[in-house]
Amino acid sequence: MKNADVVVIGGGPGGYVAAIRAAQLGLSTVCVEMDKTLGGTCVNVGCIPSKALLTSSEHYEWARLHSAEHGVKIDGVSADLPTMMKRKDTVVGQNTKGIEFLFKKNKIEWAKGRGTLKPGNVVEVEGVDSYQAKNVIIATGSVPIELPFLKFDEERVLSNIGALKIPEVPKHLIVIGGGVIGLELGSVWRRLGAKVTVVELFPTILPGNDEEVIKEADRIFRKQGLEIRVGTKVVGASRGDSVVKIEVEKDGAKETLEADYVLVSVGRKPSLTGIDAQALGLSLGKRGEITVDAEMRTNLPNVFAIGDAVGGKLLAHKAEEEGVIAAEVIAGHHAHMDYKSMPSVVYTWPEIATVGLAEHEVKASGREYKVGKFPFSANGRARTMAETSGFVKFIADAKTDELLGCHIIGANASDLIQEVVLAFEYRGSSEDIGITVHSHPTLSESVKEAALGVLGRSLHI
Amino acid sequence: MISIKVPPLGESIVEATVSRWVKKQGEAVASGDTLVELETDKITVEVPAPKAGVISSISAAEGDVVKVDQVLGELDEAAAAPTASAPAPAAGPPAPQPAAPPAPAAAAPSLQPADVKSSPAARRVAADSGISVADVTGTGRGGVVSKPDVIEHASKPAPAPAVARDGAQRETREKMTTRRRRIAENLLQSQHSTAHLTTFNEVDMTRVNELREKMKEKVEKEHSVKLTFMPFFVKAACMALEQYPMVNAQIDGDSIIYKHYVNMGIAVASDAGLVVPNIKDAHAKGMLDVSRDIAAVAKRAREGKLTMDDLTGGTFTITNGGVFGSLVSTPIINYPQVAILGLHKTQDRPVAIDGKVEIRPMMYVALSYDHRIVDGQQAVLFLVRIKELIEDPAAMLIS
Repeated sequence: MKNADVVVIGGGPGGYVAAIRAAQLGLSTVCVEMDKTLGGTCVNVGCIPSKALLTSSEHYEWARLHSAEHGVKIDGVSADLPTMMKRKDTVVGQNTKGIEFLFKKNKIEWAKGRGTLKPGNVVEVEGVDSYQAKNVIIATGSVPIELPFLKFDEERVLSNIGALKIPEVPKHLIVIGGGVIGLELGSVWRRLGAKVTVVELFPTILPGNDEEVIKEADRIFRKQGLEIRVGTKVVGASRGDSVVKIEVEKDGAKETLEADYVLVSVGRKPSLTGIDAQALGLSLGKRGEITVDAEMRTNLPNVFAIGDAVGGKLLAHKAEEEGVIAAEVIAGHHAHMDYKSMPSVVYTWPEIATVGLAEHEVKASGREYKVGKFPFSANGRARTMAETSGFVKFIADAKTDELLGCHIIGANASDLIQEVVLAFEYRGSSEDIGITVHSHPTLSESVKEAALGVLGRSLHI
Repeated sequence: MISIKVPPLGESIVEATVSRWVKKQGEAVASGDTLVELETDKITVEVPAPKAGVISSISAAEGDVVKVDQVLGELDEAAAAPTASAPAPAAGPPAPQPAAPPAPAAAAPSLQPADVKSSPAARRVAADSGISVADVTGTGRGGVVSKPDVIEHASKPAPAPAVARDGAQRETREKMTTRRRRIAENLLQSQHSTAHLTTFNEVDMTRVNELREKMKEKVEKEHSVKLTFMPFFVKAACMALEQYPMVNAQIDGDSIIYKHYVNMGIAVASDAGLVVPNIKDAHAKGMLDVSRDIAAVAKRAREGKLTMDDLTGGTFTITNGGVFGSLVSTPIINYPQVAILGLHKTQDRPVAIDGKVEIRPMMYVALSYDHRIVDGQQAVLFLVRIKELIEDPAAMLIS
């Protein structure tokens, strides 16, 4: 049995960042990860590989459809799927090796095995050792939710894992669930030539987002060729050798869809590998998530939990921040989690980025508010890039001008949102962004103009 | 209708904090009644009703910072209760001229302090509405003052007097009062503007205690004043100051001003913070007069009734940390004075007397001085002189 100040169970973006921060603060730190590589879902089968494929497929689509308007003639464009996949794997490898390097640099021990939390904060790592931990951080992540009648086989019935390594371009890919993962991976395969049908149970795709953004996204995605069926329930399914049949129902009318591949992306649920909550007395919420306070403490003494395992928005950067908070609390700092300024991004093209509340949420709260909007079609830089779809939208308090929400759909929205997140951290107002100089010509001018729009003084519209 | 205004607060004092409204809106008041209490960095000022009437409006809330001549509210003289006892208007005390146009509250602060973190829009709104961002509690990350903070501050009827302490809150934030801010500024100014140095000595209190024990009942009975050991130190200090006049001096530019009198400052802890009233011409007063004066200023300080005269013109200060149990400390000079004497707790300690160990009531004394004009030798000899006089009070007769 070894001793450690901190044992982190799980080496995903929450866990490995928590380990680095704990080590930076001078705590002896062990990170338990049973996979062959560090980085968890995000780096291995999530954010990073999906972005690699999104970028590659975007280039392909640009060459095929948009290069000509820029006066670039490319003959005989074709997608080389094996090369794309290899490049994706290379990028993933660079990232996982990068984390290993960071572990060495910070003198973090990687316990390579399945970790089990025992009472008294002992962590047993299969085939490695046992650790007496002064503090434990549970960062066991989440797993995709399975449909009872359509179990994952990762051959034809795919989760995010299988959808990132389909060996051929599907003829028809059915995506069940029109959320972030479904739309991103659906976009990848559509660009590469598959017919893609998105089936969403709710009346809209991206449920919960700002309605204007959803409307714009729905319009653009359909124009790109994505078939979107909203308000549609999947009621049954059957798998043949190289075909999957999906029975859907809309307004009482049933229909059977046929596809060679199906991606089930109906959500994720907390994964508690090696954590026997009942035996430990660990308190869980309704969806099986570990309940924590603002300092990321569970109900058990010196046991913290972070990331997808504690529910909330399933975002790598949320997990990272929670990891940092947990490590700092353990080191005796005053730190606590605040989700008000938590951005989220959908990496379709155009991208969709959000921070704060949607307009319908502000309206429901009864607070008086103002909206400012600016379309990229009125932005000079966007025109030069031929990326004029989408807009920036701000929602601010009518009286104090406090920023309440920002929604960007457009090129590079993921980067554009960041100045707004910073403003949120400082409880900024639309005026703060509106009176700040933005370089010309940039897409970010649209952010400034939309902010000025809240004050009724946009300059270029 | 008569405006209730902030009266002149004394030399170099331009603002005060509204500490308490004694009368409420709609309440009938007699001429001379205290309407509202203002707190400055030095004293509490009561604003009396210039005439009988009814308070028709209140425009400065408790906690607001107000400037001299600013309107605090309105008094409706016509609404005075029509009783026979209503005083004739001419009988009112000298009132601030109601004819003078009220100073617009927004006019004054043009500069926003540079050291308060605030957002650009917050500074714009603050400047437009005459608010200093320094007065606004920032809620942005790291306490940054945001535009919503300024707007909320401007529309708030009164700052919450006490911060609610629910169990979850680990810290609370509270605005410093004007007085506390001024105390802070003064202490810092002293530290920054003088060459601060402290020298120590110790005093055997045996003789003084004996004398006090012997005399105190008689003094209390005959003169109804309590004989503490403070007047002994006041007198001893006066004598030592006479001998070392530089310790009683003051620097003014490149000149040294020698004071041929001693206005002895006595630091007094009051509810509102530390105040230092002084005893005028202490050098010319006897022990009993000094005792009486100390008792009187201490009482006024505790009741918040010190006058500007009490607080200005001191030439030297004595502070007694011993009342709270302090054994040794380095007092900060009461700028622009150049020295301060720190007294401490008397404690029985073994000391060597004529080659033998004896238990004696001992007190450490400290003198902090401005080394720019007081040389180390003078400071040390000054303190030694006090030691000699206290250890042998009879010596005070022969000087």
